[in-house]
Amino acid sequence: MATKKAAAAVLMTHDIGLHARPSVKLTRLAKSFDAAVDLALSEDGPWIDAKSIVKVMATKAPRDTTLHFRAEGADAEEAVSALVELVKNDFRNDRRA
Amino acid sequence: MTDARKPQTPVAGQIASRGLAVGPVHIVAEGRERRRTQGDAAQEAAALRDAMARAARDLGGLIEAQADDEAAAILEVQLALLEDDGLTEGAFEAIAGGAPAERAWRDALDAQIRDYEAADDEYFRARATDLADLRDRVLDHLFGSGPAAVSPCPTGAIVVVDDLTPSRFLDLDWTVCGGLALSRGSPTSHVAMLARARGVPMLTGLGPLSLERGGIVILDAEAGRLEPAPTARRLREAAGRIADAEARRAKENTHLARPAVTADGVAVSVLVNLEELGQLDALDPAICDGIGLLRTEFLFSSARALPSEEAQYAAYVRFLDWAAGRPVTIRTLDAGGDKPVPGLTPEDEANPFLGVRGIRLSLRHRDVFEVQLRALARAAAGACGPLGVMFPMVTTPAEFVLARTIFEDVIAGLAADGVAAARPAIGMMVEVPAAAIRIADFDADFYSIGSNDLIQYVLACSRDNAALRDMFDGGDPAVVELIARTVAHGRATGRSVSLCGDMAGDADALDLLLGCGLRAFSVAPAVIGRIKAAIAATRLAGEGGHG
Repeated sequence: MATKKAAAAVLMTHDIGLHARPSVKLTRLAKSFDAAVDLALSEDGPWIDAKSIVKVMATKAPRDTTLHFRAEGADAEEAVSALVELVKNDFRNDRRA
Repeated sequence: MTDARKPQTPVAGQIASRGLAVGPVHIVAEGRERRRTQGDAAQEAAALRDAMARAARDLGGLIEAQADDEAAAILEVQLALLEDDGLTEGAFEAIAGGAPAERAWRDALDAQIRDYEAADDEYFRARATDLADLRDRVLDHLFGSGPAAVSPCPTGAIVVVDDLTPSRFLDLDWTVCGGLALSRGSPTSHVAMLARARGVPMLTGLGPLSLERGGIVILDAEAGRLEPAPTARRLREAAGRIADAEARRAKENTHLARPAVTADGVAVSVLVNLEELGQLDALDPAICDGIGLLRTEFLFSSARALPSEEAQYAAYVRFLDWAAGRPVTIRTLDAGGDKPVPGLTPEDEANPFLGVRGIRLSLRHRDVFEVQLRALARAAAGACGPLGVMFPMVTTPAEFVLARTIFEDVIAGLAADGVAAARPAIGMMVEVPAAAIRIADFDADFYSIGSNDLIQYVLACSRDNAALRDMFDGGDPAVVELIARTVAHGRATGRSVSLCGDMAGDADALDLLLGCGLRAFSVAPAVIGRIKAAIAATRLAGEGGHG
């Protein structure tokens, strides 16, 4: 089975940016996929591990930043589209883990 | 014992959460002068891993136990950080290099904490506290003590501590502990908010305390003081006050679910003042006749960035849904005075209560004001009950007309863009004497009297000055006359008038207010039972026909 790759970008409109709670939701979702998932604030990187809350929070991305995702692995496409959906929905996924 | 105060003298503090408690002193140590024996690198790594696993288990249990989302979210961030290799890899590298587990962990966390403390963004700086909390939690387990605060506290204990983090507060069993006394801390802290939500009496800013562990103290968070070594007489008095308060509360609670009616059958509306989303879960809308005052400052306090239209809209809809068809009145941003918003309110005013606050501020920041109005107009479109929007601190008729015109333009703009929007009732707060004196000049759909500010402006008496507490009196004839004038104008012209503020919660003042013809009061959730009980005990005999 060949390794699958996927990538996409999405504008983040969450009013306080990529702060603690959005970061928790983003990393938790990223971790639910087997694929390696990276995040960057620009197409050219630097890319960071989207499963690490320390690294995701450290981007200190403010509102109206475009988030770039890329993934590599069997469920790469699902991972990227789920993350894009989460950001589009303003980090509202009402399920409490 | 050098600069600590004499234990016999009552110590003054700030009231962070009202109430009265008597109990033994329970000192929660801050000291971290603990020792453990260092093993080899593999043992140290295992010890750290074990301490982290225990800390994660604590957090998991605490999250489960939280009734409100806000408290759970604070803890979930800590748990996520703990589960992240990115946070901990530095510590394990240091251990491999020969460092003891506690130093490796502390250094790794301190590096992160410094990074957050240096952040430009206030919200990020606040995360440093969460990390410090997490650092200490793991250290406690590493030293084998478990969290210090968890040491069983005696029934009714008054917890005495320098300062307290939110998770340490949540670690304590507040069904057992009776009160909280902080040497430092602030009434606006996160912990103070948690204490108020749980009805735990709490004082802050008591300064250095030298209290004997287990000694009985009186924590009077009504008068704002801690009494060490009270006499038998003082203890009897306090016990009497606590018993009275409990009996009163039990009696008041029997009134909660019933509509408010005077002894002679006059119906009165009792509405609730709300100020944050976290309040909704614990509150049954059936105990009130709607939301009489929804303060919106909470939306502007969580971060330096201002709240988006979407975030505001979502919040307003949640309050409207909660009210389930009952009337809701939302006040536009009332920043300034004692409620600064960084980056929005002026910082160098000599007298902020007479400065750029309330509607004065909104009219100077049109962009911010219009975002809030758009969110409100959209919420009005989907509301299942009556929605009113009111402006705070209105002083001149021109100000009101300008604010209303901006609102109506915003609504027209939304309609032109095909966005669902509606015009709610547009009213105003009556809290500046100029507005009350010339009330007939203000063409608002409804009036809401803000008694706290009205009293302070009419009597030229700062409401937060303890030395003037006796003078700050809503029963003063000058105040009552202005309230009566507003109520009379409302009645004559068919506009509704309500009163929000602490005055409504005062049983003596209630007689006066009902006598003025006022029939709608909005009070804090904890006061609803008290005011309904007071209304039921009131007779309007002799007041004549209206009602």
